[in-house]
This record gives sequence, structure tokens and C-alpha cells, in this order.
Amino acid sequence: MEQKILGAEALIRSLIAEGVDTTFGYPGGAIIPVFDVLYDHKKEIRNILVRHEQGAIHAAQGFARVTGKPGVVIVTSGPGATNVITGLGDANMDSTPLVVITGQVGSAALGSDAFQETDVIGITQPLTKWSYQIRSAEDIEWAVARAFYIAMSGRPGPVVLDFAKNAQNEKIEWKDYKKCNYIRSYEPFPIINKDELCEAADLINDSKRPFILAGNGVTISCAEKELIEFAEKADIPMCNTLLGLSSVPSDHRLNVGMIGMHGNVACNIATMNCDLIIAIGMRFSDRVTGHPAKFAPQAKIIHIDIDRSEFNKNILVDASIHGDAKEVLQQLTPLIAPASHEEWLSSFDDDWKIENETVISQELNPQDGQIKMGQVVRKVSEASGNKAILVTDVGQNQMQAARYFKFTQPRSIITSGGLGTMGFGLPAAIGAQIAAPDRTVCFFTGDGGLQMTVEELGMILQYNLPVKIILLNNNFLGMVRQWQELFYHERYSETEMVNPDFVTLFKAYGIHAEDVEDINTLDDAIDRMLKHNGAYLLNVNIAPEELVYPMIPAGSVLDNILLSRTEKYTKKPNTDYDNL
Amino acid sequence: MTISNTLYTVAVFSENRVGLLNQISIIFTRRKLNIETLTVSPSSIKGVHKFTITTYTDKQTIQKLVLQIEKRIDVLKAFYYTDDEIVFQEIALYKVPTINLIDEPNLESIIRRHNARILEIAREYTVIEKTGQSDEVEALFEELKKYDIRQFVRSGRVAITKSPAEYVTMFIEEQEKRRMPKEKWSDKE
Repeated sequence: MEQKILGAEALIRSLIAEGVDTTFGYPGGAIIPVFDVLYDHKKEIRNILVRHEQGAIHAAQGFARVTGKPGVVIVTSGPGATNVITGLGDANMDSTPLVVITGQVGSAALGSDAFQETDVIGITQPLTKWSYQIRSAEDIEWAVARAFYIAMSGRPGPVVLDFAKNAQNEKIEWKDYKKCNYIRSYEPFPIINKDELCEAADLINDSKRPFILAGNGVTISCAEKELIEFAEKADIPMCNTLLGLSSVPSDHRLNVGMIGMHGNVACNIATMNCDLIIAIGMRFSDRVTGHPAKFAPQAKIIHIDIDRSEFNKNILVDASIHGDAKEVLQQLTPLIAPASHEEWLSSFDDDWKIENETVISQELNPQDGQIKMGQVVRKVSEASGNKAILVTDVGQNQMQAARYFKFTQPRSIITSGGLGTMGFGLPAAIGAQIAAPDRTVCFFTGDGGLQMTVEELGMILQYNLPVKIILLNNNFLGMVRQWQELFYHERYSETEMVNPDFVTLFKAYGIHAEDVEDINTLDDAIDRMLKHNGAYLLNVNIAPEELVYPMIPAGSVLDNILLSRTEKYTKKPNTDYDNL
Repeated sequence: MTISNTLYTVAVFSENRVGLLNQISIIFTRRKLNIETLTVSPSSIKGVHKFTITTYTDKQTIQKLVLQIEKRIDVLKAFYYTDDEIVFQEIALYKVPTINLIDEPNLESIIRRHNARILEIAREYTVIEKTGQSDEVEALFEELKKYDIRQFVRSGRVAITKSPAEYVTMFIEEQEKRRMPKEKWSDKE
């Protein structure tokens, strides 16, 4: 039956047809018609009212990363739209599918500097996969269908629909909604090239010291099982990038840790020693490669990615396979020969021993009576049965959480990787909790990042969300302080913070909160937090002098590893493997 | 600009949508590449626009740049060429006071030698047109200088590839095969 409906109604019906049941939004003048229609569709769509539009987009990111479905954001024009820019940049870097709907002044007023008008298309184009201005109600279905198709397919990313107010108020005929599955100029499902597969398989079969680098692409394409089958068949050690964490269980025999600036020694050293790198769904970020020209000096490199523009972008590769990680692994595994790399695998032990002795044991079993970040993370992880979703902010808290949290289930880490957005964590944790109401969400943050979006505690209050918040509080911008100590002659410029009483602040939002200052009370506090039926804050007192080790200074070769204030990794890469 | 930089011609085929030029130009800006010339026009394929852009850079950068351009959703295909892979031209117009030309005995010879032509002669001015490559356009400019050039404009480059394969047409044919029958939005593409 055809009937005439408002453009705003057409938008909401289109969202429902795309399977959207949750949106994150904040109303305003140029988007009121859409919120007015939402009022009639409360049963189908639950809008989460945020406190700031940045909170909306980060919450949608958390939601999208947990569900694998696009996060939907609805904000107004002008400041509403400019406030989501940080999240667009973040989602664009970390390949997070989002559909962001911004209100816009009426078409007739475009370009007149009307009240709350901003050139949203102009400012979002560099940060989005696609952005489109809906100037007529006729365009709504087409644009929404396209937006969801683009956000989700290929390498996922954020899409902006800038929705002019006249189009919201125009009446159009509503027909059956049809999803988009084809765009002539866009090819998100590449057919995997057999020659590329064979070339890669030959390299793998010839390799004596292969090494897998698994990134976010493994999670996005749900290739966790395929990755493990592939690695097990040829007995290949694998490491994760920060965003790739949780794609392989932490205790899997072949999982040798995390790579990168604060990654595990054995992983970074393995890049120096291996003769083949198999990079799956990752983009060779500078935080992973260190000095790009000196990365993996002995290795050939195979790059598997759905985004062709990543090949040879940061690191020149010897072979590439353009395709979805899951499909590529399904087709590649049968082509590789079963193998055993016992000697190669055992070569990781020495470096793990070094890291255990110089870094990890001090972090987990401190002798100085101070509470260590790594210790808190590991205790929370274990107390949750290693089953929680880990959400982090950015900085020391993020690195220690990534280093010491243990994962047993996929899609269990939500963190801002590429953009490194402080303030990402709290709203992202809220979005993650909304997406997975039955899972425990443990959010580790610092005092700096928490205060960047602390207003979103209002969401926890309003929607009664049981997020567990662990504030690793050193009253400092800890990671910047770390760089200032190590590289800027201990000149602590603008990193010390005078902080509020967080417990009182959280209590004002109805959140149970307690300070943890004594190491002996930590276990019980964690226990109370996890058993509590509702949100909880542990404000854990951390000494400002705590540093995250190991650390590879930015731009260094990956064997230039600082292990502590006084120790450096000294073992040189092995260039004499053939005689082993 | 370093000596190793080459002048590359980038050809971009896209859907005809608002904002495409901005999307493409910011990819150059972000890499600090200066656009030397830019020509945009409908292509021979219905609904497909062609951008011809020239820029000085090195091979690695141009390879990455073209992939980044092609990544934009509404871009069909992007290519880069060196001068030996294409036939290219630009057009220039020169406006000279007629009075300075009228008694010039060499005028015919100049026009002939440069393969130029006179588009319009008015009492006040004469417009000369030259199509050719940059150096040819500049050579005529040098020669006409003494007659006091009042205005000089030149277009961006237009280029045609020497390659026998027409990759854009092939790409569109491949893509059309993927199109589902009874595609609801086909009229929009």
C-alpha cells in the first residue's frame, strides 16, 4: 500500500528496515522532525540520549565494535555535527562501521550562513568513507540504503548523511524498502586472485621462520577460527596488533603476544628474525613497524587485506592477496603444507623470559608496596574469568590494559587505535555495554581521558548501565609524562593535574565508587566491583612515576627496546639461523 | 621540488556527483602535492566524468595517490601516466592589440611556424589560438611578447592513452555483470 509520509518518517522506517534497534543521539533545531518521529517508534528504536555529541559517536563505535553492526548516530546541524568529527576520524582510522545522520538547515538556506549551518559534507569528506547531503525527501531511501551498504561492506567505515530540514518535512510516497547491494563504482567483494594465493602459499611453504601479524581485519571479517586453523596447520606463531587483540585466545599455544611500541619483546624481536611475515587485516601503522625502512630486515612480507590501497603504503610487500580475511584464509589453508616449527617457536622463550624477569614480574608482583597498573588489569581480568569486554581510554592505561588483560572470547577489546582519542573510553564502554547487556564490561581509564568525556556518566545514570570503571589514577597525563621523563629531560610541562574527588563525583551520578590506595585491599575491592549489580568505580591510586615498559622509542628499529629506566634489550637479532 | 620528480598525468573516471572534485583534491593536498593543471569534463561514457590532473611527484607517491583516489566510493577508476604513455594537448589564447600586428611583416610566418590561428580580429585587439604542448604554447608566448600580450590564458591538459586496452570500459562491463537484475536504484547510477 502506498501512502504519503514525512521524510523524517521515511528515514526512521529505512533505519528499521536496516535492522537498527538502537541509536545514539542528541536533538537540536535542525533534527527535531526526526526526533519527533522517533517518539512514535519507541518500540522499534531505542535512542540513547547522550550528554555531548562526541559521546554519541564514541558510544556508537563501542556498540559497532561489539556487535559488528553499524552504530547509528543522530545529531543536529552546526555544533552537533562538528562535535562528532573526532569520532568520525577515529572510526575512519579503526575501520568502524557507522551511519551518522546530521541535521542540516533547509536546502534554500544552504550557503547563507544560516543559524547552525555548517559545511558538513566539506568537513567530513576527508574523515569518512562516504558523505552525502539529502536535499530532497525523494533521496532518503536511496541514500540510507547506500549508507548502510557502504559502511558495512569492504573495509568498514563511517558514513555521514547530512539531512536537510526541508527533506525531513517533505511528504513522499513510501514503498517497500530495498537494501542496496550494488554500486557501480564500488567493489567491496573482490574475487580472490588464484595466482596471488599460490604465490603466497609458495612463500609460506618455503619459509622456515614464518610469523603471523593479525590485525583488526581478522575480527571484522569474523576470521578467528580460520586464522587459528591456518596457523595450526603450518605451526606458525602469531601475534596481534593492538586492535587485533582477542581474535586469538591469549593462551593459545601459537599466540606469542602483542606487537608494537609497547608490545611484547618476543614479538618485536621475532619481526627482526623471521624470514616471512604474513600480515592479515592490518595496516603497518608506525606504532607497529617502528622505523619502516628497517622493519623485518630478513623477511619477505605477504599482506592480506580487503583495502587495496594499504598494499605498499607504509611497507613494501613481496606478495599481496586482495580480499576478505576469512575468505582468503579459507582458500589459502588448503594450499599450505602441514609443518612444524619447533625450533623457531622455542626461540621465543628466551625473549619471553627476559620480559618476564625485567618487566612483567615487577608489574604483577611488585615489591615496593605500590599498586601497579598491570597488576590491577590482570587481577580484574582474572576475576572476570578472562571473559569481560575490555574497553580502554588512551595512554598508559590503554597500553597496560592491552598488555595484561587476557582474552578468551573474540570481539573483546574496544580501544582507540589509529587516532588515539583520549575521552574515547567512557562513551565507548557505555556503547559496548548497551550492545552486550549480558557481558561484563571493564573499562580502564586514566584521570586525563576520563575527564574529557566525563559528562557521559549521565548515560550510565539514565540507562542504569552496569559498566565497571577502573580509574588508574596518577593525577598526571601519564603517557605524556613518560615521554617527558624519557625524552624531554624530565620537564613535566602541563601534565600534572589537580583532580576532583572522583568518588564524590561518581556518587553524584548514583554510581558506587571507592578509592583503592592500599595494595592489600585491591582484591576485595575488585571482588565487590564485579559482584555489584550496577555501575562501579574503582579509583586506584597509581604512583606518577610508573612507566609502561617495554618501550620502543618512536621511529626506532624494533630491537631497540627499553626494558626499564636502566635496562635495554641487548640481544642482537639472529642472522645465523641456518646454522642453528 | 626535488630533481627526481616526474610530471605525472592522473586520469580519474567518476560518477557525476556533487563534491567529487573536493574529495579528489584533498587527496593531493594531504600529501603536499601541487596540482599543476586540472581539466574536468563528461567522458565518452554516459554519466561518467573524467578528471585529468597533472602533478610533479615520484613513482611511489603517485601509485599510492591513485589507489587512494580509487578508494573513494564514487570514483570508478583512476590511472597515472608518464608523458610517453599518452598523447596530450593543451590550448592557449593570446590577446594582442591589433595595431601592433597590423604592419608586422612576420605575422604570417609566426602563425605558420607555430601552427597557430587567428580567432578574431577587432579594431582594438586580435585573439590568437594555439593548441599544443606546454613548451610550444610558451614558445609562441615568447615570440608574441614584443607585440604586447594583453591577456594570455591556457587550459589544463587533455590526454588520451596510447594503450590498446580501454580499462574503464572493461571495468564498467565487469561491474555491470555484478548488478542484480531488477536493481531498484539502477536509474540513479
